[in-house]
Amino acid sequence: IFNLSPSLEFVLIFQPAGVRVLYSLLWFCVFQPPPARYGGRHTVTLIPGDGIGPELLSHVRELFRFCCVPVDFEVVNVDSTMTSEDDINDAITAIRRNGVALKGNIETNHNLPPSFISRNNLLRTSLDLYANVMHCQSLPGVRTRHRNIDIIIIRENTEGEYSSLEHESVSGVVECLKIITRTNSLRIADYAFRLARERGRRRVTAVHKANIMSLGDGLFLQCCKEVAAGYQDIAFDAMIVDNTTMQLVSKPQQFDVMVMPNLYGNVVSNVCAGLVGGPGLVPGANYGTDYAVFECGTRNTGKSIADGNIANPTAMLLASCLLLDHLRLHAYATMIRRAVIATVTETRLHTADLGGQGSTSDVVQSIMKEIQSTGPLTQNI
Amino acid sequence: MAASSAVISMSKIIQPIWGGRLATTAKVFGATVSSRREKSTVPPPAKYGGRHTVTLIPGDGIGPELLNHVKELFRFSCVPVDFEVVNVSSATEDDINNAITAIRRNGVALKGRRNSLSAYTVSPICVSLSHSTSLDLYANVMHCKSLPGVQTRHNNIDIMIIRENTEGEYSSLEHESVSGVVECLKIITRTNSLRIAEYAFKLAREKGRKRVTAVHKANIMKLGDGLFLQCCREVAAGYPDIAFDAMIVDNTTMQLVSKPQQFDVMVMPNLYGNVVSNVCAGLVGGPGLVPGANYGRDYAVFETATRNTGKSIADRNIANPTAMLLASCMMLDHLKLHDYATMIRNAVLTTMNETQLHTADIGGQGTTSEVVQAIMRNIQSKGPLTSEL
Repeated sequence: IFNLSPSLEFVLIFQPAGVRVLYSLLWFCVFQPPPARYGGRHTVTLIPGDGIGPELLSHVRELFRFCCVPVDFEVVNVDSTMTSEDDINDAITAIRRNGVALKGNIETNHNLPPSFISRNNLLRTSLDLYANVMHCQSLPGVRTRHRNIDIIIIRENTEGEYSSLEHESVSGVVECLKIITRTNSLRIADYAFRLARERGRRRVTAVHKANIMSLGDGLFLQCCKEVAAGYQDIAFDAMIVDNTTMQLVSKPQQFDVMVMPNLYGNVVSNVCAGLVGGPGLVPGANYGTDYAVFECGTRNTGKSIADGNIANPTAMLLASCLLLDHLRLHAYATMIRRAVIATVTETRLHTADLGGQGSTSDVVQSIMKEIQSTGPLTQNI
Repeated sequence: MAASSAVISMSKIIQPIWGGRLATTAKVFGATVSSRREKSTVPPPAKYGGRHTVTLIPGDGIGPELLNHVKELFRFSCVPVDFEVVNVSSATEDDINNAITAIRRNGVALKGRRNSLSAYTVSPICVSLSHSTSLDLYANVMHCKSLPGVQTRHNNIDIMIIRENTEGEYSSLEHESVSGVVECLKIITRTNSLRIAEYAFKLAREKGRKRVTAVHKANIMKLGDGLFLQCCREVAAGYPDIAFDAMIVDNTTMQLVSKPQQFDVMVMPNLYGNVVSNVCAGLVGGPGLVPGANYGRDYAVFETATRNTGKSIADRNIANPTAMLLASCMMLDHLKLHDYATMIRNAVLTTMNETQLHTADIGGQGTTSEVVQAIMRNIQSKGPLTSEL
């Protein structure tokens, strides 16, 4: 990470005030994966979370060990029942050390006092994971009401309605602050357009409610327009969130890449996940300037199905493939992804949420068999 | 007789007539004044001659076109309603105040949607909201029901959505204290949350519904949506015959697109209501099919549920009149003209189920006027109470 060429060191010396900005810009342009440790193996932080998280993540580890993936996991447990912030601070330090993490969702207890900030939210804001990327794609083997959906949703991950700033100045009247800043809006818009360009996408749609929140979402929209001006090859349009959700349930194929603030991103990504087959199929990634954390797209804890061997492992396994892609271990990523998709398209091996009878372990076993049949690089089952 | 006619003529000169029939004017006059403030379900008084007056706000886009069809249909069916048209086409405050005064006077309105100001300009006044906040129309009710004649991906949907209409994210309170940082205030109050929850449970009980679901995001907005949820729980305790549960808005929308039949009645703050109602409208067939109603303690305003202006299809005779016609039926129900309401509603639904008479938005070839003509023929074939076609 810290190998800078001599010319860059020169620049750093003579511009002390702008060092941090320049550094982050350079980081953007010349991103390197976290360094492999001695022996050529990466270390990734693993946060099991609650509900189905531990179960699915142990399947991920089993699969990685089976495929001889050069990744070691550093497990950090975050207890959702404790009110002190030590657990989550340990987790954040571990992610800062390793640079990459794979996590389950940490439950937020509604009965705790309002000063208790959601652990997931705290993680995202402390590490400044400003972009949440979710790629919703119709899978051929999964029967859904809509076909041929291919939407990338980029959601601002740190501000908006999730600022956790609320107060009750007069008894019985609560004010919740929704913060929109120019810096963050420009940043997320830039990320969206760059991603669209990298993936060869043609259109970016900004989702907003600027007719009501004219200052807030108006600022967001303005920033998107400014960034769009610098990407002439990509079409840009805007749509109000209520119309967007209505279009999504009638004609989702019209959308390509969507960028939006936090709350709308939450709703729209859940709608899209529902359209392609449910929360068990879509992985999500949270990217920041320096760190990346991967998880299930819809961030469900799945308390009711925990330890029942019926959870769908697809989302978590595809998230681990995104992790491998981020670490530049593309061969392993493609191998595992191909096996997961092949297993999903064999309709007998669906878990209960997709209407099948299979258990989690059946599906994982099948994926391992699929991997073994295609390549030599595996241990014994 | 002389005494009562003297009272009547005096009343006509001094104040507008409040009673219904001629004979009971004197008797009802005093009673109506005091009960108007106490009871919330008294229909607006009919004017002299037994005809109601309703404010009509055409709006922009497809609004004027559709409301013309409503007027035509009412005239054809001899509905005792007169429309007082108030145009709110320019963006001045005066027009809006005129409209609000007209609604205050008549008590009921039927409206189309105004074009909102350009989304890119920063405007401190959100003109479309002024109606609901100044008239305190606190409950927006939308009933999404699958129609048998319309082909959709989901069947048997029957959801009532009750949305808080005055506060929440739509408070239009925003400021830029530091340059480049905008704060939008979302206000949740105990009074309004209790009020909307009370409305939801009362409506559920009236319509014989079994379950009310509160939609929230209290894991993130603990104080705000937490207060809303708490108020719903308190009200739910007073209705033990109705089951109450809560669901987070993201899970709700995901469930809606996979299994919408599980929902019965839903109550929620303003923004989630906007999104969820649009999702449900999309599920049952689109914005042309669902009517919406805004109820306050003293006033009621009826419109299409998804509040679209329909600029791109304006004046082309392809808009779907169903939503606006069903909204007018809801208005007639509110005015206690149930016979007319049932007659028109049956005709609209029958026409919908003859599948060749769908408009373009639900996949058919019909024009707006063809659909309206078919509805009128249907009404004529059923009963004698019509004027010439």
